Amino acid sequence: MEIPNSFLGYKRENGRAGTRNHVIILPVDDISNACAEAVANNIKGTIALPHSYGRLQFGADLELHFRTMIGTGCNPNVAAVIVIGIEPKWTKKIVDGIAKTGKPVEGFHIERTGDIGTTMKASKKAQEFVMWASEKQREECPLSDLWISVKCGESDTTSGLAANPTVGNLMDKLEPLGVHLCFGETSELTGAEQVCATRGATKEASEKFMKTWGSYNDFILKEATDDLSESQPTAGNIAGGLTTIEEKAFGNFQKIGNCKFIDVLEPAEEPTKGKGLYFMDTSSAAAECVTLQAAAGFNIHLFPTGQGNIVGNPIEPVVKLTANPLTVKGMGEHIDCDVSKILSREMNLSEAGDELIKTTLRVANGRLTCAEALGHREFVMTKLYRSA
Amino acid sequence: MATDIIIHDKKDNVGVVVIEKITPKQDCACWIMEDDSSTNIQSVDEIPLGHKIAMVDLKEGDTILKYGHDIGKVVKSIKKGEHVHVHNVKTKKW
Repeated sequence: MEIPNSFLGYKRENGRAGTRNHVIILPVDDISNACAEAVANNIKGTIALPHSYGRLQFGADLELHFRTMIGTGCNPNVAAVIVIGIEPKWTKKIVDGIAKTGKPVEGFHIERTGDIGTTMKASKKAQEFVMWASEKQREECPLSDLWISVKCGESDTTSGLAANPTVGNLMDKLEPLGVHLCFGETSELTGAEQVCATRGATKEASEKFMKTWGSYNDFILKEATDDLSESQPTAGNIAGGLTTIEEKAFGNFQKIGNCKFIDVLEPAEEPTKGKGLYFMDTSSAAAECVTLQAAAGFNIHLFPTGQGNIVGNPIEPVVKLTANPLTVKGMGEHIDCDVSKILSREMNLSEAGDELIKTTLRVANGRLTCAEALGHREFVMTKLYRSA
Repeated sequence: MATDIIIHDKKDNVGVVVIEKITPKQDCACWIMEDDSSTNIQSVDEIPLGHKIAMVDLKEGDTILKYGHDIGKVVKSIKKGEHVHVHNVKTKKW
């Protein structure tokens, strides 16, 4: 298949391109959710991103909170941002971080004004932003403006046999064309960590990966009260035939094809070494992982599933694929790309990769994903430890 | 030709059922992805889609190979053609 060299995206002030044109209402903290949701309810075409944290965090955990907030606002799928927090200082810090992209952003704090007054002020600005954004047109953007993140979920053995290798095939075909790629799921590489480390493009990248994996594994061993049965693998994984974390890890690892990763990113860290594949240190929980990848600037996500994970994200479209014919039959409304014919050998891996590229480009050009049509907007902050 | 079981790598001692289920004493056609070769096996147990079948006899302490790699240890002996899962295999990690 000849791969198109462009897609129709929204060009942003900082040179990036978006596959979506959202105006978001971003609460800084848990107690500002109500106000943010009130604004999104008032002003049609905006979306609120409620979440559970943002108070009394400190150290690396607080830094990650800010990185995720600012990164979400900076994502090129977002046209403009309203930030609402309880206090002025942290609200301003997030506004200033997002403003560096050059996109419209304005912050509101609730203290001394209350929810109702803040909702009114923020709604007026949100209306202005959304009407401005509604005039933005899709334009031809080079394929290399795609930043593709991947993560699998509710995996079973069909994931490792077919759906994940399909993503790997797409990576092998798109990596030479200059796209950015990102995989994560540190804990889910357990058992395959040594093999994964050999896929670092440099000695430095390999060592950084082993250090990151080792640190996560130490944490798990310290906190674990049992052998993690029903967490890794999950009960769904086991029902689907996956027996051990090692088996799951080798299946997971198929997603990167033959690519080598050029750097290891902190959670929600924006890649800075140019085109190519990156590994990001993330949880293997679907919504947490996708939220971090979106905050790092990735503008379209590929999500292979076996038993049928249904996750979505408010700003980064999540494309689902599966090779499990029972999942296609039972929950087809969640599946954007069916590659189950690989198992019956009516389709080979390269054909499946081509199908996934076509689906990815249709979604990049504006076709809604199943998760978008069904209203999946899971936005889940990663928390590193207890608040003060 | 219909395939009932797919095996990732020539070194693997388990295969994955890729039809809705296989029944006891079924003669199954297996395809080995790595070198595009074929083999056969007769099942002992009923095994559902996505679950593993032992391609050889395995005894306690043996290593299960899939993708050509170590994916865990046998904790209860398994006969060729039997279902391989959490009841007879455990992780070597965690």
